Amino acid sequence: MSFFIKLIYINWPLQILVLATALFGFLMLYSVSGGSWDPWTKPQMTRFFISFLLIFVMSAISISFWQKISPFSYILGLALLIAVYFFGETGMGAKRWLDLKVIKLQPSEAFKISIVMTLAYYYHKLPVSKVSHPFYVLVPLLLIIIPAFIVFRQPDLGTALVIILIGIFVMFIAGVHFGYFLFGGISFLALLFVLFKSRGTEWQLLRDYHFKRIDTFLDPSTDPLGSGYHITQSKIALGSGGLFGKGYMQGSQSQLNFLPEKHTDFIFTTLAEEFGFFGTIGLLIIYSLIVFLCIYSALATTNKYSRLLITGLCMTFFTYFSINIAMVMGLLPVVGIPLPLVSYGGSSMIVVMLSFGLIQSAYVHKNNRF
Amino acid sequence: MSKFKENNLKSKLVNRINRRIIVSGLLKASAVALLGWHIRKLQIEDSEDYKLLADANRVNLRLIPPSRGLIFDRLGRPIAVNEQNYRVVFIREQTNNPRNVLARLSNIIDLDLKIQDKLLQDMKKRSSFIPITVAENLTWDDFARISVNLPSLPGIIPEVGLTRHYKEYETYAHVVGYVGPISDKDLKSAKKVDPVLQIPKFQIGKVGIEKKLEKHLRGRAGVSKVEVNASGRVMRELNRTQGKSGENINLTIETNLQKFTSERLKGMSASAVLVDIESGDILSLVSTPSYNPNNFVLGISQSNWNALLNDERKPLLNKATSGAYPPGSTFKMIVAAAALELGLIGLNDKIFCPGFYELGSRKFHCWLKGGHGKLTLQEAIQKSCDVYFYELSRKVGVKRIGAMARLLGLGQSYDLPLTGLSKGLMPSKKWKKERMGTSWLVGDTLNVGIGQGFSLATPLQLAVMTARLASGRQITPNLIRAPNTTPTQPKPLSIKVNTLSAIRKGMFDVLNEKDGTAFKFRSTDENSLIAGKTGTSQVRKITREEREKGVIKNEDLPWKMRDHALFTCFAPYKKPKYALSVVVEHGGSGSKVAAPIARDIMLFQLYGGIPPLTAYPETQKLEVRSRLLDIAKKINLSANIDLNI
Repeated sequence: MSFFIKLIYINWPLQILVLATALFGFLMLYSVSGGSWDPWTKPQMTRFFISFLLIFVMSAISISFWQKISPFSYILGLALLIAVYFFGETGMGAKRWLDLKVIKLQPSEAFKISIVMTLAYYYHKLPVSKVSHPFYVLVPLLLIIIPAFIVFRQPDLGTALVIILIGIFVMFIAGVHFGYFLFGGISFLALLFVLFKSRGTEWQLLRDYHFKRIDTFLDPSTDPLGSGYHITQSKIALGSGGLFGKGYMQGSQSQLNFLPEKHTDFIFTTLAEEFGFFGTIGLLIIYSLIVFLCIYSALATTNKYSRLLITGLCMTFFTYFSINIAMVMGLLPVVGIPLPLVSYGGSSMIVVMLSFGLIQSAYVHKNNRF
Repeated sequence: MSKFKENNLKSKLVNRINRRIIVSGLLKASAVALLGWHIRKLQIEDSEDYKLLADANRVNLRLIPPSRGLIFDRLGRPIAVNEQNYRVVFIREQTNNPRNVLARLSNIIDLDLKIQDKLLQDMKKRSSFIPITVAENLTWDDFARISVNLPSLPGIIPEVGLTRHYKEYETYAHVVGYVGPISDKDLKSAKKVDPVLQIPKFQIGKVGIEKKLEKHLRGRAGVSKVEVNASGRVMRELNRTQGKSGENINLTIETNLQKFTSERLKGMSASAVLVDIESGDILSLVSTPSYNPNNFVLGISQSNWNALLNDERKPLLNKATSGAYPPGSTFKMIVAAAALELGLIGLNDKIFCPGFYELGSRKFHCWLKGGHGKLTLQEAIQKSCDVYFYELSRKVGVKRIGAMARLLGLGQSYDLPLTGLSKGLMPSKKWKKERMGTSWLVGDTLNVGIGQGFSLATPLQLAVMTARLASGRQITPNLIRAPNTTPTQPKPLSIKVNTLSAIRKGMFDVLNEKDGTAFKFRSTDENSLIAGKTGTSQVRKITREEREKGVIKNEDLPWKMRDHALFTCFAPYKKPKYALSVVVEHGGSGSKVAAPIARDIMLFQLYGGIPPLTAYPETQKLEVRSRLLDIAKKINLSANIDLNI
């Protein structure tokens, strides 16, 4: 099949929804910069359209190629994470970025793809009978824990947890025996319980400020001008948007700088304030449709690698937007997770677009058997 | 493992995978539904609450202080005005390190560490968004330098405010008073809290007219509704309700006369009140020494305040209305009027003065050691004979003296917008019983009869008394000129014309007859003849021993022990227009000290400027000329004084 014929077979509805979401993002970036293409809208558009073309290129490349290079993606990802440890740039108290001259890459973001590819490869190669064998359960767990630990030490607890979540999710989809998850879940809850019980005792397991942060999360009003400030202002922006919003570029909370990080992690609040309930639900529906189309694509493929890959990447995308939205509404603590395709930022954009490139490749080559 | 078994396992796993993909999809769908449900709660259910919060965030109310009413003199010359005041305020919440900002500011303007500490303390006491005034009355240069350096001074805001300025400095201090920054005590005592009072260091009247007419002068604050961003910066004004400036006030006082009087009393602890007899308008009201009210406007320093407070000449006291003195011989007109009204003495009846008056074993002395001999009432006023009035007051009695004193305006306070008005004191038998616990003695009556003893009067009351005697009408003093009202003539007093004219003639003789106590200080201008009465009130008791040796002269006594010198007068004699009283604390004799001052002031008013030398007796012209020229130069008035005398 030639390149152009392959293009006919890509999942066009998915591709169009991705474009639509990105357009939504440009609109919001234009608004939060006070009606200007600079400094965010223009670079974001450039980045998007280049990577949008990249999706087409990636989708034309056979999925077996991507499958073959999967282990290397893990090695590369790990190498980058270690590189960050030594050469990384420090920002906001954490070492997360690697300056690659062209872009500033956040390897922990990129690793979200690596972990999915690697685990999909692992389970694709693993004989069916060994899927639930304890040793072969331990191997992927280590594959997950090692990078997650490095990310945790950056420190970036949020991304580390997301990597673990995605990894475990792929293991779950791959068919590992349910008992493991039941056991894991129960021990996790027990750990949480012990953590909270340890508070104020001699054997306290977390530092005081960790507990304090949890307190603030549970009740932002206890610290209205400290870390609770952001979430309070964010909720005010959301709530005051009402049903129809205050109108495009009319959001007082965002236009008057009451919102933190309004062009990145908190851009959803601007959208909510200016377009109201219809805007937020609209975006939520688009995201859900994307997830739906991904699941549809996964089920349409005929090989295990593709199926696990798409489901895993779809989970990555889902964690992005669901955690972000839950965060700005105060349902989850503030962890630096952007709104996919809408928030300004290079790393998350590349991760999301590469994901869709891989998903499209898997979809185009859905009948390949290897 | 058989191929079949493996295939079986494989298909089982594929089924499991598919099942789990679908289950996870459903879980995702429910997570999305949960998010959507929560968005609905925020954006639809609780939306109104959040809208209010968003508005509260964005909208700030700012008070625009009203500009304070101006105070003008009789002729519309400004006395208290509002001047532009370049100042900087500081909003703490706009920086993390206020100490640092202040330290940087201190490189630009003078701001020592002590002041910085005090400011930081003030800030802690108030909410972090309330602006605190850091420095006021900056020069334009300092102001501009701060404005240029603003980027390195987060929280500092340069402002142009209005501040009170008293153009005549000391001259009006006791009448107009001053404003000062509102204190916590003021705030607490304010009955209805005007929001404008919440502005830190808002200036309110503290003393005098500024305090008494605060309600009129203050005006109403405007409100500016502004939109602010998260850092408190004003983005735009949403709307503005205009405030109302305070009312302007016109005083009855005339500045040139006021200045002349102040200058004439300079160096003394004295006061003078000049009243227009027709209207009751106070044309001049001076108390010396005075102080500069401008020092109070931005808050006076502790050391300056202490200096004013501890000065034995009491510069802060308005002696003209708050100082109460024994009226001395100026009180004799009251006794005379009472006796004449009651018919207790005829105009031609004479009383003999041997130099003393015996009451039982006690001797009451006349100021003239040898005595005055036989005197009529008119002569007794002219020569201020004490014995005559001992006799007369004994006949009249304290009750009826008191009634006449009150009729003529003593022992009461007037409705003037001044602080600390004294009522003076007109004693009675009941008063002494209550106050001292002892009963009234005839000797007390004799003492009251010559203005000594318990009776006290303020210089203002003496001026009113003189005005009432001169006009026969119930003059009440005013300080404020109500615009567009024609003055109504006050009611006549219930005193016979003959009584009044006899007393006036006696007062005329004080200055215009050779034996008058103030003959030396007469006016020689036929059209501006002055009639008056001297008074010297003792502040110490003269012992019998001292009287035998000879009374110690005032000059030989410490200042605090010297007599008060009083003089009260009206002019022109034929058609009285003005009444004036002058009191010099511990000045010595009324005839030597107070009378010449009163003559200068009265003549100034009669001539509407520095009086010509033709009004003065020939022998005094040289001395008067140098004095008047000196004053004219100091108060910047042209003196039309003939140099060739």
